[in-house]
Amino acid sequence: MKIAVCVKQVPDTWAEKRLRPADSLLDRESAEGVLNELDEYAVEEALKIQEAHGGEVTIVSMGPERAVETIRKALSMGADAGVHIVDDALSGSDALATSAVLAGVLKDRGFDLIIFGSESTDARMSVVPAMVSERLGLPQLTFAQKVDVNGGTITIERQTDYGFDSVEASSPVVVSVVEKINEPRYPSFKGIMAAKKKPLETLSIADAGIAAGSVGTSAAWSAVADFAARPPKAAGTIVNDEGAGGVKIAEFLATNKII
Amino acid sequence: MAPILVVVEHADGVVKKVTLELLTLARSLGEPAAVWLGPGYGDAAASQLAEYGAGTAYVVANSDMVDYVVVPKTEALAAVVKQASPAAILIASSAEGKEIAGRLAIKIESGVITDAVAVAPDLTATQSVFGGSTIVHSTVTHGIPIITVRPNSTAPEAAATALSRVDVEVPVTDAARGAKVTGRTAATKASRPELSEAAIVVSGGRGVGGPEGFGVIESLADSLGAAVGASRAATDAGWYPHQYQVGQTGKTVSPQLYVANGISGAIQHRAGMQTSKMIVVVNKDSEAPIFELADFGVVGDLFAVVPQLTDEVQKRKG
Repeated sequence: MKIAVCVKQVPDTWAEKRLRPADSLLDRESAEGVLNELDEYAVEEALKIQEAHGGEVTIVSMGPERAVETIRKALSMGADAGVHIVDDALSGSDALATSAVLAGVLKDRGFDLIIFGSESTDARMSVVPAMVSERLGLPQLTFAQKVDVNGGTITIERQTDYGFDSVEASSPVVVSVVEKINEPRYPSFKGIMAAKKKPLETLSIADAGIAAGSVGTSAAWSAVADFAARPPKAAGTIVNDEGAGGVKIAEFLATNKII
Repeated sequence: MAPILVVVEHADGVVKKVTLELLTLARSLGEPAAVWLGPGYGDAAASQLAEYGAGTAYVVANSDMVDYVVVPKTEALAAVVKQASPAAILIASSAEGKEIAGRLAIKIESGVITDAVAVAPDLTATQSVFGGSTIVHSTVTHGIPIITVRPNSTAPEAAATALSRVDVEVPVTDAARGAKVTGRTAATKASRPELSEAAIVVSGGRGVGGPEGFGVIESLADSLGAAVGASRAATDAGWYPHQYQVGQTGKTVSPQLYVANGISGAIQHRAGMQTSKMIVVVNKDSEAPIFELADFGVVGDLFAVVPQLTDEVQKRKG
């Protein structure tokens, strides 16, 4: 089973994020870059499938130079090889361009499973897995809280607002996973050492068969007009509970016509 | 005048509240037209859509829409877009809604904006990003704007009109039947509103102390007709099911009222609830950062304050 896991480097989940005034792009330098938390679950799921069914796990990431740290992290968890698409022209790419680049790199490599985290913690659009599925013409098994591989038949539990749907497709497929699915492993010291020797391929967009004019800020089909920090909230009323805290909340809600 | 297409979210033949919000929003942008994908369209739905101002309902009743994941709906929507030549397409910011929007963007070669909290008459979308700390105005610069809008962004207001039904026949391709739905399992407690749509959300966090502690949270939620949410600390500990997690790695909600109980207010959680219209906090730690967001806060033991509040709400309801 050949498995690809698409990962993204994002600002640390716990860091305050901000846009750069000059170009309205995410300021990636102001916070530590980490492997997108939801992608850790995708890596873990790929490794578990590999342990059960054999095969190879390849990490694919598009991002600036330092995104290589993120690929190394996934390799240190146990993945076999990495592909890093890095090109100055990619800066400011929208989800449409990102999905085109990923699809371009993924398409002729014979992957049976292409696994994503269900969203990135920075942009939070949650559309790239569906877009890659659309571009590759492969079945979409997204928002999986459980993945079962039975030969060429892949079955998932797709998380919904009311519970889950059981969904089935034949490989190759595009999968995205939610955090409920597993508990990602920590890289071992041995894993960290081994990761340094694992094959890592670096591609420019030309290598990926993508025209420079079709990516980046200038090719994006949506644009930020302006942005601003949310005006600070007026301080609320804070009281100590001296036995009537619940009643006081009820009074507040009644004053505001909530109850 | 080119219509504003609104993709209808529905269950059991009934239009969901978020769609009524989107129709209300669409009326401020142009003439709303509804797109119904899947079986179940009937008198109940038609009267709801007409009441909220949809002049046309494009209906694709093919059951492939619900038997296969997302792709048939996208093909059908693309066909409706071709027929209707809309000025914009509004879709609810649900997991599936965003997937449809993303795929449609590729099919009709148009830009897409997700998670808008407002849309201006010139189709500039307002987004609240990074846990609500930054307000962004964006526009689609290529093709027909596809905008997904968060639930609770617009208060639904009726404005009845005459509705005409247009059936659209869409031949669903074999490629669209790649991922088949073989079963549906309901895990949520159906008696409560859906978390992402609810007007009031009552949440519990680490301070709830264990699964049994969620009893007081649920009782308060039920007295208010609210949905129950949980912080990541609570779902990771297994105290409450994962699908109720509010936060950066869970659901984003922006209800009229959010009641945070025993939640410290790390960025992880704030990212999921900061845009709530009104926030009430109960926490025994007066230093908890969640108090910075509070319109009203009580420093105290939630096991004393919350049941008292529940009783008081019941009393006032009579």
